[in-house]
Amino acid sequence: MYEILAKEVLAPTIKRLKVKAPLIAAKTEPGNFIILRVDEQGERIPLTVADYERENGIITIIFQEVGYSTKLLGKMDKGDFIQDIVGPLGHHIKLDGYQKVVLLGGGSGTALLYPKVRGFSGTEAEVISITGARTKNLIILEDELEQYSDRLFIATDDGSYGHHGFVTDILKDLLEKEGDIDLVVAIGPVPMMKVVADLTKKFDVETIVSLNTIMVDGTGMCGACRVTVGGETKFTCIDGPSFDGHQVDFDELMNRLNFYRDEENLVYANVVEEEK
Amino acid sequence: MAVQKEKTPMREQKPEERIKNFKEVPFGYTDQEAVVEAERCLQCKHQPCVEGCPVHVPIPQFIQAVKDGNIESANQIIKSKNNLPAVCGRVCPQEEQCENVCVMGIKNEPVAIGRLERYVADYNMERGTSQSGDEELKKDRIPALIGKKAAVIGAGPAGLTAAADLARYGLKVTVFEALHATGGVLRYGIPEFRLPKDIVDQEVAAIKELGVEIKLNVVVGKSITVDELFEQGYEAMFIGVGAGLPRFLGIPGENLNGVYSANEFLTRVNLMKAFKYPEYKTPVVVGKKVAVVGAGNVAMDAARTAKRLGAEDVYIVYRRAKEQMPARSEEIHHAGEEGIEFKLLNNPVAIHAESGRVATMECQKMELGEKDASGRRRPVPIANSNWQLELDTVIIAIGQNPNPLLTSSTKDLKTKSWGGIEVDSDQQTSREGIYAGGDVVTGAATVIKAMGAGKTAAENIKKYLLAKN
Ligand SMILES: Cc1cc2nc3c(=O)[nH]c(=O)nc-3n(C[C@H](O)[C@H](O)[C@H](O)COP(=O)(O)OP(=O)(O)OC[C@H]3O[C@@H](n4cnc5c(N)ncnc54)[C@H](O)[C@@H]3O)c2cc1C
Ligand SMILES: Cc1cc2nc3c(=O)[nH]c(=O)nc-3n(C[C@H](O)[C@H](O)[C@H](O)COP(=O)(O)OP(=O)(O)OC[C@H]3O[C@@H](n4cnc5c(N)ncnc54)[C@H](O)[C@@H]3O)c2cc1C
Ligand code: SF4
Ligand code: SF4
Ligand code: FES
Repeated sequence: MYEILAKEVLAPTIKRLKVKAPLIAAKTEPGNFIILRVDEQGERIPLTVADYERENGIITIIFQEVGYSTKLLGKMDKGDFIQDIVGPLGHHIKLDGYQKVVLLGGGSGTALLYPKVRGFSGTEAEVISITGARTKNLIILEDELEQYSDRLFIATDDGSYGHHGFVTDILKDLLEKEGDIDLVVAIGPVPMMKVVADLTKKFDVETIVSLNTIMVDGTGMCGACRVTVGGETKFTCIDGPSFDGHQVDFDELMNRLNFYRDEENLVYANVVEEEK
Repeated sequence: MAVQKEKTPMREQKPEERIKNFKEVPFGYTDQEAVVEAERCLQCKHQPCVEGCPVHVPIPQFIQAVKDGNIESANQIIKSKNNLPAVCGRVCPQEEQCENVCVMGIKNEPVAIGRLERYVADYNMERGTSQSGDEELKKDRIPALIGKKAAVIGAGPAGLTAAADLARYGLKVTVFEALHATGGVLRYGIPEFRLPKDIVDQEVAAIKELGVEIKLNVVVGKSITVDELFEQGYEAMFIGVGAGLPRFLGIPGENLNGVYSANEFLTRVNLMKAFKYPEYKTPVVVGKKVAVVGAGNVAMDAARTAKRLGAEDVYIVYRRAKEQMPARSEEIHHAGEEGIEFKLLNNPVAIHAESGRVATMECQKMELGEKDASGRRRPVPIANSNWQLELDTVIIAIGQNPNPLLTSSTKDLKTKSWGGIEVDSDQQTSREGIYAGGDVVTGAATVIKAMGAGKTAAENIKKYLLAKN
């Protein structure tokens, strides 16, 4: 059992939890993730380690309530216990060797982006972050990103804050104006990552995307997380979760993410019902 | 008295009933049936059956105890060699092992050793007398080893057996397990209707009683490395991480929605209890028409599970012939009774979709040709014989390879080309103090072989630690 030490609401459906997990805190690096099970009946769901304090044995997770498990997790409070957490899983990303890096996150993807922004800020690269959301009160982690980025851009779909439009508009602008960007990291909804990858391909800039496939074990045992990268089947949990964005079959990924939609909606409806 | 030629039958759930539930299929012997069966044993002097058992259970001795009505001592006799009798009595391929060489089997059916073993284990579990007594345990303790630390990686049958034996010697044993539950394949692979998870829980509890500590949610190689474990004072280690990496066919359409590896399908149902969905929150989608590709035990388990989840037509699609199916005959028989259809000599070549989901599997018909290196007649494709099998779900059950997570993060640990860990006859790896066994060494095999390897390793870890001091 893993104790929740602190809870913070970042946006109406986005929450941050600090959890005691010394073994994971000791080992985790930017890009690693954990798998947790909220309670005995729960699913195993993957979440990025957004931050960690090695000395105190604490990890931070940031998540958006999109379905049953994340909703249930969002109801938990300081002092509650999460049934199981395992990690760190996946490969952490390679940070060294870049001069100018653009990192963009859409929606809760920003939570997954943040540890990488922090990671790159410790290298010699210039760090440019772009975050976006539908509307102003869904923008998260602005202060944190500000602190670790050389430049920060913000976009909202409705224009209520920052640039009126998509994060990809800002990226396009940067790619056109600044020829020396040597890496783009994109994390967020699959359609967004697809747009980014198409865009950077035109400019021939290396692009890393972090994939949010369905997972069960997270250790290479089930194959639920398989994706096609460069024509080959890869397991996101052990070969990823970061991949070369120019090689990923995003259409297949989108299709696979929707497989359990009916079943998910059923249990989700139950939890919403209980709230009433 | 005339010899009873056949094994005393074991009553079981009727097929038309059992396909609607996940309860165990055979009921087990009553006291009376057990005695009748025990009386069939000839108490042979050479005891070939003992040689046939990979862990050398003293078979005639325990059967004699059953005959004498002394079921507790029968249990102690079995447990002296086998820490998981309730499991082995159910899932051991007895027909190829102990029962295969039983003298009674020369003219008649062999003694039902597995069923008797199950009876003894269940009898004692029900009465809470399955633990070894304190006195019994103390006699195995080795003063020079008491309190020394040993680590076991993986809580499958190999790891659990090694852990139990090491604890008996007096070592302080910690088992590290990647999943949130113990048992390995016993938990996530073999279905409830063949091995109730209560049984696994009880067997694991008995091992904990020996003082073994089990740490769940630790992926060795990720959460902590082998070298870090040595730094923490573990003096020897046993690796029993199994062969969990599923193989796929490599045909078009394999990443479509509705295509599962058998591991994923069975893990969802067994470990995550998707059969109790939506009480348990992990879904599994089975649809009406299901094909399982492969014909081993794993394939039979997947097919029978699909049936219980409500599939109407379940097919086993296999490219070889009936005699070549690797599953236990009992499992093939059970599957047949439950209405699973066998599409033999058919090789899947592609899976086709309709709106992103499986719609059909294209199969090519095969015929048997010349014998290959394994002595089996090789299946050869028949030209222009492709046909379409209409489906909602495809489950791929063509085997597993060892998972590279641990081996790739442990330096100087020699592995074979297919990823298995190299060991000598003592189960020792290329690194001092590290032993390995079970599926990670042999490739997918059996529960009892994994246990045998765990036992041998424990014995040699003992010798290693004694020599080291
Ligand atoms: C390596 C990895 C790291 C991840 N890290 C994070 C993280 O740090 N924070 C975070 O919030 N999420 C993260 N995710 C996604 C997260 O695992 C899922 O959101 C979660 O499993 C959803 O579970 P649920 O039961 O709440 O919703 P479900 O009931 O499983 O899903 C509900 C609906 O939401 C859709 N959906 C699933 N995932 C997402 C998604 N990411 N965004 C939008 N819709 C989705 C589904 O298709 C479904 O229709 C990560 C995923 C992976 C693979
Ligand atoms: C569906 C199915 C049906 C079967 N039916 C039968 C049968 O009827 N009879 C029979 O005799 N055999 C059967 N087998 C085979 C048998 O189950 C295996 O041979 C046996 O379980 C192997 O035992 P093991 O201990 O080597 O590995 P496993 O049982 O695979 O256990 C390995 C354990 O190690 C854990 N692990 C893996 N990596 C790590 C890591 N890095 N760190 C920590 N822990 C880790 C795993 O999570 C797992 O719990 C079946 C197998 C399957 C899949
Ligand atoms: S453990 Fe298996 S092989 Fe050994 S006696 Fe029991 S059933 Fe037979
Ligand atoms: S070989 Fe068969 S008959 Fe002989 S002792 Fe063993 S079980 Fe009994
Ligand atoms: S989540 Fe099971 S193999 Fe990746």
